[in-house]
Amino acid sequence: MTRALARMVLWRLAFTVPLLFAVTLGMFALAKASPFDPVRQYLGDRAVVTSPEVMAQIRANWGLDRPVAEQYLTWLGNLVQGDLGDSRSMHRPVAEVIGERLGWTLLAVSCALVLMLVVSLAVGALAAWRHDSWLDRAITGSAYANEAAPVFWTALIVMWVFAVKLQWLPPGGLTDPAATTLEAGDVLHHMILPVAVLAFSQSSWLLLFVRESLITTLREDFVLGARARGLRERTVIVRHALRSALLPFVTLLGARIPELVTGAILVETVFSWPGVASASVQAALAADFPLLAALTLLATLAVVVGNLLADGAYVIADPRVRVLGVS
Amino acid sequence: MTRSSWIAAGVLVALALAVLLVPAVAQLDQQLVDLRSANRAPSLAHPFGTDEVGRDVLLRVIYGLRVSLLIGLVAALVSVTVGAVAGLAAGVLGGAADRVIMRVVDGFNSVPHLLFGIFIVALFSPSPTAVVASVGLTHWTTAARIVRSEVLTLRARPFVDAAISGGSGRLRVVRRHFLPHLLPHIALASVLMVPHAIWHETALSFLGLGLPPHLASLGNMINDGARSLLAGNWWASLFPGLFILLPTLAISVLVQHWRDRANPRRRSELQL
Repeated sequence: MTRALARMVLWRLAFTVPLLFAVTLGMFALAKASPFDPVRQYLGDRAVVTSPEVMAQIRANWGLDRPVAEQYLTWLGNLVQGDLGDSRSMHRPVAEVIGERLGWTLLAVSCALVLMLVVSLAVGALAAWRHDSWLDRAITGSAYANEAAPVFWTALIVMWVFAVKLQWLPPGGLTDPAATTLEAGDVLHHMILPVAVLAFSQSSWLLLFVRESLITTLREDFVLGARARGLRERTVIVRHALRSALLPFVTLLGARIPELVTGAILVETVFSWPGVASASVQAALAADFPLLAALTLLATLAVVVGNLLADGAYVIADPRVRVLGVS
Repeated sequence: MTRSSWIAAGVLVALALAVLLVPAVAQLDQQLVDLRSANRAPSLAHPFGTDEVGRDVLLRVIYGLRVSLLIGLVAALVSVTVGAVAGLAAGVLGGAADRVIMRVVDGFNSVPHLLFGIFIVALFSPSPTAVVASVGLTHWTTAARIVRSEVLTLRARPFVDAAISGGSGRLRVVRRHFLPHLLPHIALASVLMVPHAIWHETALSFLGLGLPPHLASLGNMINDGARSLLAGNWWASLFPGLFILLPTLAISVLVQHWRDRANPRRRSELQL
């Protein structure tokens, strides 16, 4: 098993490094093709009163007068050495901005993932168990509607209901505006809405998948056998059917990382959650290339790692892959 | 057809009629700013209420749907065309070209689409062209995969061997034998791409990175509405969102119906 796993990881890594290089090259090419002038961007209104000599000086300081290939190699070299550059909109090193915000995103996203898994497993199994009843129709119907609704809109509606109308929960932010220190209870209170919306928006595909997969599995002979042996319905579903129905799901979960990133960007923005995903929108609004490029690379890395983990989990979960090797 | 497919088709027809006819017969101007009737809740005079500068939300939603639908259609067309050409090239040329194209597809798929779209729009200043380009550049990979795998199965069919033995060149095989078989798949991919493209346009506009703010688009309207949401004015963002949800849901119901028809075994097993 370890050999199969190691071979797969190595094979994937062999693709990852060229992929990341390609992404940096693509981003750099786009930035060079863009009509934005970073120096004017940096100066803002002062660009009107700054003399051309001073602007040329800044340009030279930033290395913008060098050939494009040399600029790319310098930037890439810095990236490889861990120097992500300075964020032009936040006037701080990019690494510092990411370091400060990454934790909040990881906290919110991982809580949302756990919530989504638990809820959609339970609800999906319920719908499959009561297949074709009004309950099943209500669940699948709302799952399809949820899939079709844009997450930022769902987030706004949820915010209106729970924060404006009922006033149960705060409408956004990390802590109370009046708070001076970071308290766990306060953060938790602010986290409920964004986490719930993110989990809800991501749950419908999983719920539908669990339902469909479980319905097919419930027709299989081994389930009939388990029922014939007189096992309780709950044992049949949870221990026998669900286990076998969930096999493809580990890979699917890994393949959903891009959607998770998308959801995080929109939900964090609506609830002004100070994570890396909302930082990408702020960077984009300010055309802040160093920050945006670093965040795009980070997201790409997350997607690649997600795929890797999914495949690894598959090797561990399915003995056939272990014995016959990775196809 | 099932009842839900009829409803879905009806919704789509009604929306299409509204988008085409209402601008021709509307009495009110959707741009009309009327500060005396700002932030009115839904009533008989304004069924969807008015926004923060007193524009009628119902009328603006229809204009917004028009803009979003147009952008969505163009973006879907661009991405499916690019994808079809890439997929066709990969499937027909095979070998190294196939491997290179598919690695590029993998590469594009490993950058989250919205983030990539944000990146493109951020560097090329928000405009309809940037939105279309960003959706087209990020979504062609789905169509490319579908077309390639179809071409690969077509290659093995006897009539292709017969055509080649009869002296047809590569171009003729593609034009006369591949394209007619591919067109239904390409058409389905384009239909499925439209809601996706609309979603992208609205998401980018909502973030302030899409269409210019004065243009009535569904995303811009939700964004405008979000500002007055905290004051309790729910209607200005609720209704534009419903008009994204409705066509998307209707299209997915119809596609589901079409797939069930094409694959009856699945229908009888699952009754989805």
